[in-house]
Amino acid sequence: MTRFFISGNEAFAHGIRLARPEVISAYPITPQTIVVERLSEMVGSGVLNSEFIHVESEHSALSCVIGASATGVRTFTATSSQGLLYMAECLPYAAGGRFPIVMMNANRSTALPWNIYGDQRDSLSQLDCGWIQVYAQDAQESLDLALMSYRISENCDVSTPFMINLDGFHLTHTYEPVDIPDQDQADAFLPEYSTENRIDFDNPKNLCFSAGPEYNTIFKIGEHIGIQNSRKEILETEESFAKLFGRRYTGLIEKYLCEDAEFVIITLGSISGLCKNVTESMRKKGIRAGVIRIRYMRPFPHKEISVAVSGAKSVCVLEKDISFGYAGTVFINVCAALHNEGVCVPTLNRIGGLGGKDITENDIQKIFLDMVEGKKDIAFIGVEGVNI
Amino acid sequence: MIVPNARNITEDEYFFGHKACAGCGGSLAVRIALKVLGERAVAVLPAGCMSAVGFNFPQLCFGNNAMISTFAGTASMMTGVEAGLRARGISDFQIVGFAGDGGTADIGIQALSGAIDRNDDIIYICYDNEAYMNTGTQKSSLTPFGASTTTTPVTGRVKGNTHEKKNMFEIVAAHGIPYAATASIGYLEDYMRKVRKASEIRGTKYIHVLAPCPTGWGVDSDETIDLARAAVDCGLWPLAEYENGVFHINREIKDLDGIRSYVRGQKRFRHLKDSDLEHIEKMRDLRWEGINKTWIKN
Ligand SMILES: Cc1ncc(C[n+]2csc(CCOP(=O)(O)OP(=O)(O)O)c2C)c(N)n1
Ligand code: SF4
Repeated sequence: MTRFFISGNEAFAHGIRLARPEVISAYPITPQTIVVERLSEMVGSGVLNSEFIHVESEHSALSCVIGASATGVRTFTATSSQGLLYMAECLPYAAGGRFPIVMMNANRSTALPWNIYGDQRDSLSQLDCGWIQVYAQDAQESLDLALMSYRISENCDVSTPFMINLDGFHLTHTYEPVDIPDQDQADAFLPEYSTENRIDFDNPKNLCFSAGPEYNTIFKIGEHIGIQNSRKEILETEESFAKLFGRRYTGLIEKYLCEDAEFVIITLGSISGLCKNVTESMRKKGIRAGVIRIRYMRPFPHKEISVAVSGAKSVCVLEKDISFGYAGTVFINVCAALHNEGVCVPTLNRIGGLGGKDITENDIQKIFLDMVEGKKDIAFIGVEGVNI
Repeated sequence: MIVPNARNITEDEYFFGHKACAGCGGSLAVRIALKVLGERAVAVLPAGCMSAVGFNFPQLCFGNNAMISTFAGTASMMTGVEAGLRARGISDFQIVGFAGDGGTADIGIQALSGAIDRNDDIIYICYDNEAYMNTGTQKSSLTPFGASTTTTPVTGRVKGNTHEKKNMFEIVAAHGIPYAATASIGYLEDYMRKVRKASEIRGTKYIHVLAPCPTGWGVDSDETIDLARAAVDCGLWPLAEYENGVFHINREIKDLDGIRSYVRGQKRFRHLKDSDLEHIEKMRDLRWEGINKTWIKN
């Protein structure tokens, strides 16, 4: 293990290097570009022994790694925003084919208006495509997730593609000290990939077929079960990761000062760090504040969240996206979970950070005060007086 | 090169039990190419008739490894399969794509162009039935001038397709591809020779095979082969190869007057007037003027 001062993108590229994917194909888009560049350099210099395929679009990038995955090798691609939407046709395709492809998505706003900065509308708009979705908080977690993602998605009970989201610029471009494991440590952690779901010359297969009404549901159930199975695999993988590397992750959610919390912000990604800081200052003022950081949006931590907020007086979902015509996508998911689990607690929704707009300490303090005041509304932050 | 012919071609079948219409030219193009390429071929087929008739779970009709790609992603998926197998240390295989004219010349042209640009080691076969047949005979950019389709109907103002057929063969050749050829299921031995030849060349290979569709063209199911021949003989579908920067014409026009008899009897052309036929003839002659000037005859 060696410590370096590097950006989230660079840390992530090292995580992928350590996982030794055999085929990489990606198309550049800000703010993901550095990942593609670093991996190209690593392949070029021989540090990483992979096929790096320079494709002409994101649709081709994912299509290409689907083809490679169908031969039974480990694959990687990366994208962001418009690129993710451009490959959208291939997302459910990869999931339906049960190909454990790993993809990094640098969260970025989607056009129009054109904007290269970070919000999470890109990946959250693709929640239903059958991929596991995780949101990293810092550069170290990005690297560690790169390594863990293969072990989780390649588990034969899971066999599901895996999308790792990094907040554009906030996480992709800021520098932090990061511990990079040695290759032999990584090899000890991540077994070689083997699968039956692949092209085989001794036993030829027809893959990626059609299935009419009679059989379709059963395949879709299989896909659903695959993601459900990842709940267990995520925990087990984190457990062995902690044993080997000494860094412990917390499963589908991370709770911060939640035990006795009355007012809880639920959020995801890099903004969680600031939320935690504000939580501490709120506590000093006598407000029992807490934060839940959602790590995995799929599988969705409906039970974990419900248990964690069962004693709260108010819950606010703070998120950088909107499902136009209703509310934030995360809020919609959280409300459904609380309702289904029978947890009756007032909920608010705060939508901010769109197109990269700063979410400030003041904004977060205000959210806690709104909760204390007993508000239950859905509103944008950073633009006073606009409610939805 | 062993030239495959009717006597030495394998009896093994790799594409059978499918649901293609009787007399389907496309299914013949797929079946015969796989006979030439054999069991080490991995077939990639996008949305289109051939994937629709061949991959209906649990009735899966390929005897070799095969998969459906997205409509736009034939070539890029082939690239991935090729790279993956190579990464696994396997070398004696052949990746072959079978895409329709729409999947090739329209939605899939970007991925095809990208693959040729990288010179990926694949054979891309376009079976050209001159329309989007699987969705019910809509116009593609390879639908010939004058043909009526469901999106270029014969109405009061417009009489079928008003555009010329896109010249995919020369577009592909302009990439500097190692090998490209046109073929017709009316001349099967020529087609088989070209598939075999393609399999022996490294890099990207493109074969564009005319494959009439009785359903979409409005002809009887036993006319497919004759029509595929007639299109070549009347000069509308030159049989040619492109190799090492040079175009070769494999067969000269036999029947200069043949356009009328080729077009006659096809429902999609039945509204054509003499002036339309003259236009088709003129375009053909212009094309052959160019061919005769620069292409080598063999
Ligand atoms: C992205 C996308 N758009 C549209 C379709 C619908 N579609 C399926 S097959 C097809 C036409 C195929 O035409 P062609 O490639 O010429 O092959 P053919 O059916 O004639 O064999 C279309 C439009 C699709 N499957 N995917
Ligand atoms: S519609 Fe035409 S191309 Fe499609 S299966 Fe029938 S004959 Fe073949």
